[in-house]
Amino acid sequence: MKLIVRSTLYVVVLTVLLGGVYPAVVWGVSRVFWKAKAEGSFVTGDGGRVVGSELIGQGFRSPKYLHSRPSAAGKQGYDATASQGTNLGPTSSDLEKAVAAAVAAARADRPGDPRPVPADLVTTSASGFDPHLSPDAALWQALRIAKSRGVPEEKVAEVIRRHIEPRTLWVLGEPRVNVLLTNLDLDRSLPAGR
Amino acid sequence: MTTINFVEILVYLAIIVALTPLMGGYMKRVFSGERTFLDPVLRPIERAIYRACGVNASQDQGWVDWTVTMLIVNAASLVILYAMQRLQQWLPFNPNKFGPVSPDSSWNTAVSFTTNTNWQGYSGESTMSHLTQMAGLALHNFLSAATGIAIAVAVIRGVAREKAKGIGNFWFDCTRSILWVLLPISLVAALFLVSRGVVQNFRADVVVKTVEGVEQKIAQGPVASQEAIKELGTNGGGFFNANSAHPYENPTPGTNFLEMILIFAVGAGLTNTLGRMTGSVRHGWAVFGAMALMFLAGVFVCEWAEQKGNPIHQKLGVAAAPTDGGTGGNMEGKEVRFGIGDSALFATITTDASCGAINSWHDSFTPIGGLVPMANIATGEVIVGGVGAGLYGMFLFIVLAVFIAGLMVGRTPEYLGKKIEAHEVKLAMLSVLILTLCILGFSAAAAVLPAGLSSLNNRGPHGLSEILYAYISGAGNNGSAFAGLNANTPFWNTTLGFDMFFGRFFMLIPILGIAGSLAAKKKVPESAGTFPVTGPIFSFLLVSVIVIVGALTFFPAFSLGPIVEQLLMKAGTLF
Repeated sequence: MKLIVRSTLYVVVLTVLLGGVYPAVVWGVSRVFWKAKAEGSFVTGDGGRVVGSELIGQGFRSPKYLHSRPSAAGKQGYDATASQGTNLGPTSSDLEKAVAAAVAAARADRPGDPRPVPADLVTTSASGFDPHLSPDAALWQALRIAKSRGVPEEKVAEVIRRHIEPRTLWVLGEPRVNVLLTNLDLDRSLPAGR
Repeated sequence: MTTINFVEILVYLAIIVALTPLMGGYMKRVFSGERTFLDPVLRPIERAIYRACGVNASQDQGWVDWTVTMLIVNAASLVILYAMQRLQQWLPFNPNKFGPVSPDSSWNTAVSFTTNTNWQGYSGESTMSHLTQMAGLALHNFLSAATGIAIAVAVIRGVAREKAKGIGNFWFDCTRSILWVLLPISLVAALFLVSRGVVQNFRADVVVKTVEGVEQKIAQGPVASQEAIKELGTNGGGFFNANSAHPYENPTPGTNFLEMILIFAVGAGLTNTLGRMTGSVRHGWAVFGAMALMFLAGVFVCEWAEQKGNPIHQKLGVAAAPTDGGTGGNMEGKEVRFGIGDSALFATITTDASCGAINSWHDSFTPIGGLVPMANIATGEVIVGGVGAGLYGMFLFIVLAVFIAGLMVGRTPEYLGKKIEAHEVKLAMLSVLILTLCILGFSAAAAVLPAGLSSLNNRGPHGLSEILYAYISGAGNNGSAFAGLNANTPFWNTTLGFDMFFGRFFMLIPILGIAGSLAAKKKVPESAGTFPVTGPIFSFLLVSVIVIVGALTFFPAFSLGPIVEQLLMKAGTLF
């Protein structure tokens, strides 16, 4: 009986230390040094309006923007309160249909291009709001964006290349392009409807 | 596999090799009560905790006494977590106004976090209040990890001591694990994570209007503090459903690399602590060598399979080969910043250690790519393994390995001067069989009962893989999943709860029994007939025993799941 009381007390004391003091200290220090990051890395667009988070991918439908990867988060996709992948296995017919549809859509952006379609462009991300595209997948969309903005493809490709982030320390991760930041830059550098 | 991915694996292993003696030496000092540089800060806190709880942390406990204390503390924490989930609607720090968690889900989660499994039937961002996450779940991340380290240290003492009655003191071992090992490293790691973009706040979901004017709700919370201990304590329970694939948990390749190092740091270090405390540092390295060998085998197979990708999709025109600006391979359920290399590496590491955090969905891996994580867990989580749990799991296989070596030369087997006799071998086999019985028994039941089958997300052999993976992950206290399986049903929550509970506690009680009986034995001097437990021959023998036990037990089930699926995928069969 004594042991049960002591054990319960022990768990309560540890809860205060590890569940209270420890997260509070991390919170306090991060407010001083990295406040914007601790609060979610939000990005403001032109006019000072918050348009999303640098780290959280969002859906784009207009042909003048880079489109993010397919999403399984929430019913409409890109629901950042319902992170999720498809969890479909390699022999799933549902997955095969989804990939086939995405390949057809990607092919429509570059009629007659014989190259294979970049893998990340036609597969669903793990989080459901992957903020990035591979450089290949971003440049694949340059022609469509250029047509819709009425500029040469090379101009769009230039903006995209500016946003390529390399691997960290040469070997970690993969080169990538942040979709939201690139789209904001496209609006600044190549305003549509001139 | 690309050259860059290959180099990354080698860099990773080199860092772990360098960390092992540092962590090992430090932990030896901590658990022997020697001075460390953190003593001026931590000693007063340690004393205050003992005084507040009225416990005696200096008295040597026998193995039964030690085990009972450990079980009661764990039981108390389990009950408190259950209550916290059921009552969260009345408690503070619940800005999203979540209601109580259902009884079966609360039971499942309470067991899951107490056993260091962190299987998650629920989806964190839409179920748990900030208080439940940081006070309930994160506390268990510390406590269950500390329990694991404490058990490993007790087992090491059992081997190292001679004619001793006790194996140490649970209060001392557990409190020191938390204060000296887990808390300081977590604090530093959490701050690094915030500096790279992991969130740490107490806000409700933030609603923004996107560039195209659509409303997007973005979940927030005290993530960084939980993320650090989740990896370091090999717990793996994510703040968010997508776990370390969520950009708020793991925003960059740098945070990803740190998280991978945290997962192996303590488990690898403990092999060195074993060596130092038993007076045979080379034995520690031999055990580490066996782990490293199995780690490399797993990661190479997994990366190869994922880079090769899915021929069904490649026939549709999806890129297969890597380029300068694209990964090729199987990108379904993976994030661009991690690509093939970091996803396969993370999957191998998290299942080698019984962490269970994920940065890509294992359910969407190619069949062989997904077999690697499953097989890693099925070894009993001994490839580095969970903090502490890996070492005491490995201890079972060491007992079996020296026993088999003894049989081959016809002498009573010895382990570091202790005679291994029928009593110890029986207890070791008991532990191994309990795991197997849990996994295969529950899987067989789920594969025939409608309540089990109705939760599957995939048809054909992949469905069987989902069932197998769930119970292997539960009993191995890993917690990762073929997550298409909808496990948040009364059937799955309940059976997996028992699977995790048996897999943890019924396995470790026989182990502590072995430790107690070894501690009481006297040491016999080494002779020409002693099988050496240092060097590569021992490492190979150890790997062989692990592979044979794992392969013989699970090969039939694996053949019907991932292996047959690989063949069907090559043939282009769809389900």
